[in-house]
Amino acid sequence: MNNCSLISITDYSREDILDVLKSASRFEECPNNRLLEGKVVASLFFEPSTRTRLSFETAISRMGGRIVGFSDSSSTSTSKGESLKDTIKMVDNYCDLIVMRHPLEGAARFASEVASVPVINAGDGANQHPTQTMLDLYSIYKTQGRLENLEIVMVGDLKYGRTVHSLLQAMSHFSPVFHFISPRELEMPPAYKLYLDGLRIPYHEHRELDNVINQADILYMTRVQRERFADLLEYEKVKNVYVLRNSMLAGTKENLRVLHPLPRVNEINEDVDENKKAYYFDQARNGVYTRQAIIFKTLNLTW
Amino acid sequence: MTAKKELLQVSAVENGTVIDHIPARKLFDVINVLGIASCDNTITFGNNLASRKLGKKAIVKISDRYLVDEEIDKLALVAPSAKINIIRNFEVVEKKTVNVPRRVEGIARCVNPQCITNHQNVRTRFDVVGSTPIVLRCLYCEKLTDQEHIEIL
Ligand SMILES: [Zn+2]
Repeated sequence: MNNCSLISITDYSREDILDVLKSASRFEECPNNRLLEGKVVASLFFEPSTRTRLSFETAISRMGGRIVGFSDSSSTSTSKGESLKDTIKMVDNYCDLIVMRHPLEGAARFASEVASVPVINAGDGANQHPTQTMLDLYSIYKTQGRLENLEIVMVGDLKYGRTVHSLLQAMSHFSPVFHFISPRELEMPPAYKLYLDGLRIPYHEHRELDNVINQADILYMTRVQRERFADLLEYEKVKNVYVLRNSMLAGTKENLRVLHPLPRVNEINEDVDENKKAYYFDQARNGVYTRQAIIFKTLNLTW
Repeated sequence: MTAKKELLQVSAVENGTVIDHIPARKLFDVINVLGIASCDNTITFGNNLASRKLGKKAIVKISDRYLVDEEIDKLALVAPSAKINIIRNFEVVEKKTVNVPRRVEGIARCVNPQCITNHQNVRTRFDVVGSTPIVLRCLYCEKLTDQEHIEIL
């Protein structure tokens, strides 16, 4: 087991987070370098995720590293019944770092116990996706110039959306104020509200996407998915309540930025795209620099 | 009724262990987790006995056997209110309360069907994050398993 692995966002302290964000800025200035020259990174996607895989593989390639691995486990020995332990033990012999995505929750933690090289979790089922959280933090840091004392509005599916849960935990180091806007069926789970209560971090719950956003520094939008509703009538009732339109941004703060983990369905109207407060496409680009910074930290590299 | 009389509701043990203050509906869980059904020792148990603390309680008496730490940890997960009496020569020589451990390994199942521990040969590991009632947090999938859903492996 390697202590530098990044499996869950809670593996990073406040200092670790700030450390990664600082080097992400440096990678943004200088994305092409030879820091991974002579290194081999295993990219193991036991379930496909083109977006995340391309972001990682771009990050590695721009640092001069080599990539081995697979983008879908159907073509590997896993589909013949090989255990995760055996696959990791084999790959561990070949590489300096493992980046992995797996449909089962806890798979990356288990792999980090089995492997001698560090592991970066690129998503384990509905559990954690810490590099997404770090790129969200980098987007916030970059657009606001700080992480401290921000007012963050989270909209949509706050019950199942793992990105909002991880972002909530990570931002808790930086004295935020939260607003949660969701239908009753998809509200923030009690465990996270208790967590905030314990840290005395203020939060407010709302049912409607209205002028609460006028106080916001960050508006974090998520998809409200039809399959989350037992009652489709409920879905029909709420599906258009949580849609952001350009006109709604009229009274918002100058520094407000709209984030979304993408892909979007209809929760952000396309007329928002041209607004300079729309940041979701830039957010995706930040993923490469953030992942370079995470690899840099995980492998204990120096400039 | 005094504690001594309560103990006497089930016949006495010369040497061995008496587990008292088991909630009545947890008796069979206790029998299961301690593997009592398959051991050769003399076992007596009583259920639905009157108890001031629990309403109805169960008692298990095992002759010539003393519980090891792992067994006490298992007992703690299903019946944290239980009290252990060590008996030698018909006398209680030691009384122990069961302590809920801080870390539980290889004893309980994770409640999350999508957890790696429920699909592959991975020994379960939990942090105990609540003790009354018991709440376990899986070190792999990070989900909570509460007292009502604890299933002993
Ligand atoms: Zn689990």
